[in-house]
Amino acid sequence: MSPFTAQQPVRRFAPVCHDISLAGELVGLHDSGALWWPDEDTLVVSDLHFEKGSSYARRGVMLPPYDTAATLEKLAGVIDAFDPSRVIALGDSFHDTNGSDRLPATYRAMLTTLQLGREWIWITGNHDPVAPVSLCGETMEEVRLAGLVFRHEPEEDAAPGEVCGHLHPAARIRRYGRSVRRPCFATDGQRMVLPAFGVLTGGLNVLDEAWSGLFPPRGFSVFMLGEGRLYPFTASRLVAD
Amino acid sequence: MSAMDAAGPPLLPPEFQRWFESRGWQARAHQLDLLEVARNRRSALLIAPTGAGKTLAGFLPSLTDLAATPRAKPGAAGSRRGVHTLYISPLKALAVDIARNLEAPVEGIGLDIRIETRTGDTPSHKRQRQKKIPPDILLTTPEQIALLLSDAQGREMLTGVKTVILDELHALVTSKRGDLLALGLAALRRLSPQLRTIGLSATVAEPDDLRAYLVEQTGDEPDREARNLADLVTVSGGAAPDITILDTDERLPWSGHSARHAVPDIYEIIRKHRTSLVFVNTRSQAEALFQALWHVNDENLPIALHHGSLDVGQRRKVEAAMAAGALRAIVCTSSLDLGIDWGDVDLVVNVGAPKGASRLAQRIGRSNHRMDEPSRAILVPANRFEVMECQAALAASRAGEQDTPPLRTGALDVLAQHILGVACAGPFLPDALFDEIRTAEPYRHLTRRDFDRTVAFVATGGYALRTYERYARLKDDGDGRLRLAHPSFAQQYRLNVGTIVEAPMLKVRLVRSKAEGRRTPVGRGGRMLGEIEEWFVDQLIPGDTFLFAGEILRFEAIRENEVYVSRARAQAPKVPSYQGGKFPLSTYLAASVRAMLADPASWSRLPGQVRDWLELQRLHSALPRADGLLVETFPRANKHYLVCYPFDGRLAHQTLGMLLTRRLERLGARPLGFVANDYALAVWGMSDLGAMIAEGRLSLDGLFDEDMLGDDLDAWLAESSLMKRTFRTCAVIAGLIERRHPGKEKSGRQVTVSADLIYDVLRRHEPDHILLEATWQDAAQGLLDISRLGELLRRIQGRIAHTALDRVSPLAVPVMLEIGKEPVFGAAQEALLGEAADDLVREAMG
Repeated sequence: MSPFTAQQPVRRFAPVCHDISLAGELVGLHDSGALWWPDEDTLVVSDLHFEKGSSYARRGVMLPPYDTAATLEKLAGVIDAFDPSRVIALGDSFHDTNGSDRLPATYRAMLTTLQLGREWIWITGNHDPVAPVSLCGETMEEVRLAGLVFRHEPEEDAAPGEVCGHLHPAARIRRYGRSVRRPCFATDGQRMVLPAFGVLTGGLNVLDEAWSGLFPPRGFSVFMLGEGRLYPFTASRLVAD
Repeated sequence: MSAMDAAGPPLLPPEFQRWFESRGWQARAHQLDLLEVARNRRSALLIAPTGAGKTLAGFLPSLTDLAATPRAKPGAAGSRRGVHTLYISPLKALAVDIARNLEAPVEGIGLDIRIETRTGDTPSHKRQRQKKIPPDILLTTPEQIALLLSDAQGREMLTGVKTVILDELHALVTSKRGDLLALGLAALRRLSPQLRTIGLSATVAEPDDLRAYLVEQTGDEPDREARNLADLVTVSGGAAPDITILDTDERLPWSGHSARHAVPDIYEIIRKHRTSLVFVNTRSQAEALFQALWHVNDENLPIALHHGSLDVGQRRKVEAAMAAGALRAIVCTSSLDLGIDWGDVDLVVNVGAPKGASRLAQRIGRSNHRMDEPSRAILVPANRFEVMECQAALAASRAGEQDTPPLRTGALDVLAQHILGVACAGPFLPDALFDEIRTAEPYRHLTRRDFDRTVAFVATGGYALRTYERYARLKDDGDGRLRLAHPSFAQQYRLNVGTIVEAPMLKVRLVRSKAEGRRTPVGRGGRMLGEIEEWFVDQLIPGDTFLFAGEILRFEAIRENEVYVSRARAQAPKVPSYQGGKFPLSTYLAASVRAMLADPASWSRLPGQVRDWLELQRLHSALPRADGLLVETFPRANKHYLVCYPFDGRLAHQTLGMLLTRRLERLGARPLGFVANDYALAVWGMSDLGAMIAEGRLSLDGLFDEDMLGDDLDAWLAESSLMKRTFRTCAVIAGLIERRHPGKEKSGRQVTVSADLIYDVLRRHEPDHILLEATWQDAAQGLLDISRLGELLRRIQGRIAHTALDRVSPLAVPVMLEIGKEPVFGAAQEALLGEAADDLVREAMG
């Protein structure tokens, strides 16, 4: 007997954001991990890692083959909620270079449907340095719009207004002797790092050494993802792993 | 059966007889019995107390057989080649210890027998040599057997084995290691059809289970009585142990497990004996008691500490000092439960409740390793309920009652690991493998459907969505046989073999303190103190103090996979304890305690303080009945409490607490929380539960109905962090996620796939996946103790007695004192985040 019989309902998203100012532009942070830019009618998601399951399976590690479907479902939910005229996927959209080639036909159809009637930009990432095979959308290394620049990996000495992913930010807070760890947005008001949107993606604690140099020490904030809301904390309140 | 009836040559060959005589011994009856079992080509289970010469008895048939068979000369018929006898024990250290102990008879008799060990510590050149030139007797562990069976050369080495000796069998069979070993034995029997087994065990409740485990079963015989059994040899007698319960003039604590009140008494006892083993139930209790004893150690007696988290080097030093007779006492946990000979222990002190009659018997057996003299033991209850539990254990010991846990149903994650191992050795026919596996007792009821699903899991992950066929790890070779698709999967298997999945551990290193005013960075290179669970360290912030390795330490920092600590000057640690190794109260002892409580005539055996306490309970409330459930309700500090006394152990009570709060929530009783200990459960909320019951708005029979094990359980489990932890263990054993290997953990956490994420995805998209089923079975048997909760609910049906009180009852005090010590789970995480975030808002606005 297994207790896991009840199917869980698909999560519906409300187009309600936590608004903040990023290098002078008003952007909204959504609890799905997406960033909404109302002035440009643009939705930004990062690190989808489509076909991560099959990428592992090729090496004999049989992860559940449902990651692409689940990530797509989540993406469709957010796109339904905001109905953006432009979508930017901030890189590592596919877990490996052949990922888009392996994408099963059903999901290819579903993705193509999502792309209909909007501008779609694939930013290249370290996992997917080339354009996806037989999919709509433009492929670019980075894109500049108004006061913001979108690229996969944060650059040293970038000008204010950089929006990037790659690091899979996560934060941990501690209270009553218990700690809670969640994916999060990380920002100092000049640069914004998005959490990974894909469902089988882990996180890297923002206090890890890999983050040094990105933000002034302890001079940044995180927005931890919760159920229907975000939880803001200044870096000084966080604990390391 | 007796040696007298044997026809033919004497069971004990002359050169053995002479050796026994030269030492002033004569062969004991059970040793001769085992020789006769061997002559009849049968398998046997030997049940004997410690000190009965169990190990020598187990090896005698092999030694005599080897003595009669000359070593191989090229071309000689009937001579030896390959391993003759395998000895398998749960502990590496035990294998090494046995190798040393066998030297005396082998040299004394002048036998030409090569004995070698093979454990995780054996260097690879030696392992290679063993495959080419096998020893006559190989001493090893269940994991090494699995590894040898997963490789064609290893299988060749094990072909023709005549005897397998399984030591500490009672300990092995109750874990997944026992499942793995059972599958290994089934494979060994196919390689060597003449194979016999000898199981060595302490006294157990159901000897037939072990006897069945030792021999080949014939398929799905539904009747337990009709199982094939090995012969049984028991060593009766031995002097009855001399057990007493510590009588103290101090006030007996209401709750807690530190036994602080008894420390001066324990010290006095240690002073009066040559060498004492002081057993406690958890590592934190060991640390606390060790500290307390040294506080009163005016004579500077050599008292040492031994538990599973301490650095191995440190443990070996303590063991060596013990063997040399240099210590007066060791404070220890179950890390010393199993069979290594500790020399001259003349007293066992068991602090806290024994939790099980058989567990107590085994601990007491550590004292006085000569079976003809009585072992001496003193029980030290740490609180009032434990007084009753000790009393029950004492009665059980006198009556020779046993309460070892029943045999397991073989786990599917272990089966998956085994199937991959089989494929690593070469192609296999699924039909033949299925038949072979069902000869193992834990898997005799395995269905073909579950077997096929497990094979599919090994091949492609076993998902309904068949997307991974082209990456399959097992491929059909055209003759219906399955073979490994790529040799690299064998490599994967070898890194993953075994069933022990440790909680992630961090090394603890002693450094200089940062708090001493020097503004230098924390220095490297300090002494390694041991290992500690990652989740415990998660709770600490720099500056927190805690007890570890017998010292009060200050948490400094985490560097890679090491925890830096310094010596703290604090008198008492700030963070009280870390758990590890808590055993639930055995069903048998629980029933005894319930019976004792219900029968005031039996209270005469209890100390005055406990009697007074129970009398007060009878006066102010009621006594729990032996076969029913007492439920008390009372208000306290603006909240309303419901306390019940099932005595079914903390795990079952915790699960019950989760389910009751869900139900009360639905009934509008606005529950706020619950707390459980081994004896009782307290639930509290905003609504007057007593009034609700009195007015008929809340039915206790309905509240405690067995149907809570249906939907409520499903819904709660879905979010349970216990379930996620269990899933992680199953996923590692089954090979879905890779084991964390020391030194590799930190290679980018964002890249590794966490078990929690996989769990969420599987639950949502394939809720009947075989790994979720394995997780469920595991949790039901283990962490959640659902089977025991089910028995409890059935037992009390229609026998619930409610007492409405205006204040807390005497019996409720211990569990009420535990409130506030429990961690938060599930939905409470969101609340915690919200509160922490709101704090910030107040700070900013204030």
